[in-house]
Amino acid sequence: MRVAPEIPRQFVITFCVLLLAALGMSMYAYRMRKAVTAEPVVSNDTRPLAPPISGPTENVVLFVAHDDDGGLHAQAAQIPLPAGRQERAEELLRALLSIYLDKNSPHVLGAGAEVRSVFLIDPGVAVIDLNSAFADTHRSGVLIEELTVTSLIHTISANTPGIARVKILVDGKERDTLAGHADLSSFYDVAAVNQVAAQLQAAQ
Amino acid sequence: MLLLAVLLLRAAPEKYLSVYSVAANYSVPLVQRDGRDYVGVLELLDPLGKVSARAEGQRWRLRYYRNQAEFQVGKTRVRIQGRDYELPSKFLLENERGLIPVSCLPSLLPQILGGPVTLHQEADRLFIGSVATHFTASLAAGNVPRLVFNFTAPVNPTVATEPGSIRLAFTRDPVVAPASTTLTFGSKIIPSASFAEGNGFAVVTVNASVPVMANFSNDGRTITITPTAAPVGKNATPAPAAAPTATTPVSPAQAAGATAVTPAYRRYFAVVDASHGGDDHGETLSTTLYEKDVTVMLARSLRQQLESRGITTLVLRDSDANLPVDQRAVFANADHAAIYIALHAASNGHGVRVYTALLPDGQDDHGPFRSWTTAQHGALPLSQSAATAISNEFQKRQIPVRTLAAPLRPLNNVTGPAIGVEIAPMGNDLAQLTAPDYQELVTSAIATAVAAAHDQLGAAQ
Repeated sequence: MRVAPEIPRQFVITFCVLLLAALGMSMYAYRMRKAVTAEPVVSNDTRPLAPPISGPTENVVLFVAHDDDGGLHAQAAQIPLPAGRQERAEELLRALLSIYLDKNSPHVLGAGAEVRSVFLIDPGVAVIDLNSAFADTHRSGVLIEELTVTSLIHTISANTPGIARVKILVDGKERDTLAGHADLSSFYDVAAVNQVAAQLQAAQ
Repeated sequence: MLLLAVLLLRAAPEKYLSVYSVAANYSVPLVQRDGRDYVGVLELLDPLGKVSARAEGQRWRLRYYRNQAEFQVGKTRVRIQGRDYELPSKFLLENERGLIPVSCLPSLLPQILGGPVTLHQEADRLFIGSVATHFTASLAAGNVPRLVFNFTAPVNPTVATEPGSIRLAFTRDPVVAPASTTLTFGSKIIPSASFAEGNGFAVVTVNASVPVMANFSNDGRTITITPTAAPVGKNATPAPAAAPTATTPVSPAQAAGATAVTPAYRRYFAVVDASHGGDDHGETLSTTLYEKDVTVMLARSLRQQLESRGITTLVLRDSDANLPVDQRAVFANADHAAIYIALHAASNGHGVRVYTALLPDGQDDHGPFRSWTTAQHGALPLSQSAATAISNEFQKRQIPVRTLAAPLRPLNNVTGPAIGVEIAPMGNDLAQLTAPDYQELVTSAIATAVAAAHDQLGAAQ
C-alpha cells in the first residue's frame, strides 16, 4: 500500500494566509466597485465655478438670460479681473457661465459647458471660442439660443470697450448654428446685437 | 456656306434631361457619346445640394455632402461609400466635366443622394424622391360638357390650341401619366384626351369637336376645358371671339382671357417654409415629437388659411426631406415671393415669437450683386412692418406674442420680406402644438395679417 506524501506544514500555513489575503482583497475590490457605481456621474468640467478669489476685484455688469420671462437681466457683480484685456474678457464670460452652471441657474447650460478662450483682434474683433459641450448640450430653439448668444456678446462688449464685431467658434472651428437655430456662421455686428439686447431687457 | 447651312439643318436638336425634386425643378443638357446619352454629374447634382469634384490623374472624386464617389476615366467601375458599382458604359472626363450615362441614374443616384430616383428614360425625365404630380380627368355633367382636370399640386402648363384639340404642355411640372394614357369620356364635343411625354416634358392633348379653352382655378390645381361659346364658371373671364388657329403657346392667364403678360412659370405670393426636416430634427419636443414634424403640420395649415384668402402659397417642405437653408432662400428669391414665412416650434416660453433678420456684419453689395449674408437688407423695413402686422393680429386674438430680431437663417439671405414665426404652447401642455384648433388659431392670425397687407407686400413683389 502506497502512502501519499504529507504536505509540509509551512506550505499549508502560507497557502492559507495567501487565500485569506486574496479573499480580503476581492471583498475590498467588490466594495470599492459598488461605491464607485453608486457615486453620481461627475461632469468632466474641472474648471472652477467661480473666478479666482485672489487679486483686486472690480465692479462689472453681466447680462444674464432668464428663461422664465425670456429676457436679459443686468446683474452687477464684483469679480477679480486680471490686467490683460483679453484675460479680462475671458474672466467676464467665465463669471457669466458660473451663473448658468449654478444649481439655481435662470438659463440652464449643459454640464461641461465652457468658454475655452477669447481672442481680441484689432480692430474691434472678438472671437469667443466655446467648447463642444457648450454647443452639443445646448437646448434647441430660436429664443433660447438667441438668449445665450446675446448674453455672451452683450456682456463682453458692454465691459470691454472697442468691440464692434464678434465671431463665435466651437472647439476652434466654425459651426453653422449653436443648436439648430442661432447662426454662428457669420460675424455678429455688436451694434445690432445691442439693439436685440435692449429688446430682450424690455421683456422683464 | 451651303454645306455649312446643310450641316446645321441636319444637326440633331440639343437634348435636355428634366429633373424634378423637392429642392428644385430644372433641366440639364445631354450629350451623345458612343450612341448613348450622357449627363454632367456636377450640373445634375449642383441644384440639389453641396457638391464638389476633384480630378486626380485618371481618378475623379465626387463629394455630395458626406457621400463620396470615385470614378475612373474610361472605366465602368465606380466606388461609392466603399462599395463598387458598374456603369453600363464608361465614365468620361471632358474639360474636367465628369460625364455618366443617363441610363445608370436610377441605380447610381440613390447611393449618392440617399433616396429613391425614378427615370423616364424615353422622355428624358428624372424624378428625385416622391415628387410626381398625379391627375384625374372627369367630364362634368350639364348642358355643355366641361372636362375637369384635378392635379395633386399646382401646375403651370403652356397652353396651345389647334383645330380639333387643345394641348397642355408641362415643361416644369412633374406631371405623370394616369392609369391609362388615353382617356375617353363618351361625349361628342370632348370625346377623349391623351397623355404623352418626351424631350423632357409631358403633354396632355384634349380632343374636341368645337373650339375649347382652358380655365385655371384652385391655385393652379384645377384646369377646366370648356367650349369657347359656353358660359364658364364665375372665376373665368369671357371667352375670346374665336380660338386661335395657329399653334400659339399662351400662358394660363392668357388662356383664361387675361391681357396681362405673365412670366413663364408661376410666382407664388407667399412662400411658407416648414423649418428643419430630414436629418435635422430641430428641437426634440418630446420622446415622440420633433420640431420638424410640427412645422410641416403648421405649414400645411398656413397654406390652407392663406389659399382660402386667395393668396397663392408655396410650401417649401411638404415631406420629411433634407432641405439646406441656402436652398430655401434660393427658392424664395427665385420666386420673388411677396413674403417668406419660416415656421418653427418650441417648448420654451408661451405663445408666439415673430422674428425678423438680425443682419450679420457682412460684405457690401457690389453694384447689382447683393451680399448673400445681408441680402435681406433692402427688404428689412417691409419685413418689420409685416412682423408688426402679424404681431398685432396675434394680440387681437389674445395670443401672447413678442417681436424680435434674431440671427435665424435663411431670413438674412432672402431678398424680399421675410419673417420667422416660432410657436410655443400657450400653457405648459406640449400637446397643444399638435392640436388642430391651436394650429388653426395661430395660422389664421398669420394669414389674416398677410391678407390685410396684401397690397403693400404685393407692390414690392
